[in-house]
Amino acid sequence: MDNLIEIRWHGRGGQGAKTASLLLADAAFNTGKYIQGFPEYGPERMGAPITAYNRISDTPITVHSNIYEPDYVVVVDDTLLESVPVTEGLKETGAIVINTTKSPEYLKEILKDYKGNIYTIDARKISIEALGKYFPNTPMLAAIVKVSGIMSDDALLEDMKSSFKHKFAKKPEVIEGNLKALELALKEVTKI
Amino acid sequence: MSIRERLSGNEAVATAMKQINPDVVAAFPITPSTEIPQYFSTFVANGSVDTEFVAVESEHSAMSACIGAESAGSRAMTATSANGLSLMWEMIYIASSLRLPIVLNLVNRAVSGPLNIHCDHSDAMGVRDSGWIMLFSENNQEAYDNNLMAHKIAENENVQLPVMICQDGFITSHSIENIELEEDSEVKKFVGEYKPEHYLLNKKEPIAVGPLDLQAYLFEHKAQQGEAMKAAKQVILDVSKEFENWTGRSYSFFEKYKLDDAEIAIVCMNSTAGTTKSVVDELRNNGIKAGLLKIRVYRPFPSEEVAKALSNLKAIAVLDRSDSLNAMGGALFEDVVSSMYVEKINVPTVNYVYGIGGRDTTENDIKSVYEDLQEIVKTEKIDNPYRYLGLRKEAK
Repeated sequence: MDNLIEIRWHGRGGQGAKTASLLLADAAFNTGKYIQGFPEYGPERMGAPITAYNRISDTPITVHSNIYEPDYVVVVDDTLLESVPVTEGLKETGAIVINTTKSPEYLKEILKDYKGNIYTIDARKISIEALGKYFPNTPMLAAIVKVSGIMSDDALLEDMKSSFKHKFAKKPEVIEGNLKALELALKEVTKI
Repeated sequence: MSIRERLSGNEAVATAMKQINPDVVAAFPITPSTEIPQYFSTFVANGSVDTEFVAVESEHSAMSACIGAESAGSRAMTATSANGLSLMWEMIYIASSLRLPIVLNLVNRAVSGPLNIHCDHSDAMGVRDSGWIMLFSENNQEAYDNNLMAHKIAENENVQLPVMICQDGFITSHSIENIELEEDSEVKKFVGEYKPEHYLLNKKEPIAVGPLDLQAYLFEHKAQQGEAMKAAKQVILDVSKEFENWTGRSYSFFEKYKLDDAEIAIVCMNSTAGTTKSVVDELRNNGIKAGLLKIRVYRPFPSEEVAKALSNLKAIAVLDRSDSLNAMGGALFEDVVSSMYVEKINVPTVNYVYGIGGRDTTENDIKSVYEDLQEIVKTEKIDNPYRYLGLRKEAK
């Protein structure tokens, strides 16, 4: 498993964290990587905390367990910061990416045990601007790609364009909005 | 040329079934195998297969419909998990005793109770003596490949036994991973047409299937089943060789991973073997001679071959993802130590029951097993051969 990158997603049921992890796996696959994308299945209900995982590598991946020491953590819902130990095991050489509008002071305080980089993005604002609805997974996908450097911005946009065409074959009207959400998120993800 | 794809384990199985295009699929949904008939039913609806899809009202009926279909002379497949297999149980024995080469995908899950939807092998172990060939799959690729090989093994005139293909529920069934697929036309050519020798719808040869079989004959029929299971060994090797010549992917009774010069080794099945490979690599980098024997063919059990492959080791750990609750050890452990005893091979061997009800099995867990094995080699002492791995301390 050369150049292995491990990512853990935290979200709430219904927000699309699982879908985002699968989209990331797809995009990385399309750049020639070996990938794993899998959720941790628990009681599946709207609003319950859920975890999903990605492994991305240049060589075949044989490990089949959850990820306990991720390189990156993505938090799709900032209300989880107070109830789930999101930075547990997170490598300090990595980063956490949070969908939030909370102040840097609040975030630094609540994550004070974590010494690595903290990035934020307002996925709600981007999603509403681009799609007219709140679907945080597309902006969060772009944010983690930007922060981790798994692929270039252009490679992501190019890949997602064809992927959305396939995925939304019956709803072509949402393709444009999703691409716009990706573009905005690539620009707006910020290190605090 | 293989096709580079990414699919979950369930998608991989459904794709294999699409390419095989069996005459009949009869299935009832149960987590975590539900997606297999779900995806397959869309292939039926889209017309990409011409299979008769029977949406039955229970797993007992699913296996019964497969038995009816195979008896009539057609090729039948199904999928299930845990309690679904429990409900099939009566018909599982009937399928194998009628010598019907049905192919069933078992996505392994803990049998209730209490209720748990996650992976262990208690479902598979419950039917290990039912006369089915049982193949285990480390990942989506192996689940796919085992499906492509299953019919050729099952339908061989020297075998004529049903085949069960296992993979780990959620761990591989719901994980998207890279996979190499084969072209539809190539699969069709490899799997071939099913031409049963005797079948109910052959009007030139009227036969009865499954009549009363009392003291005068049942024993002989059971012995024939046993002989067919023995004969299956060579057929599995032959079909695997033919598959390798076609795809380049090599299969046998088991996979030896850095085993030949190993001093300590783990024996296990399904996804945990992948995690173990990663640990073996790490240990080897540190100069520790660790190895792995991953069982693929669990029934028929390749007894002599397993024993010989393990004969040069100094200590062995057999991992069972199912507890036999018999105060002596798990099913795979019993098979492995019996095999070694018969071959007069005496290597210190311990058993770990692990991963029950989906308990995650990490690289650190596997490392701790190899550490225990090093200790056994050093001290030449085994205090307790029947152990748990990953059990929380307070539960002991």
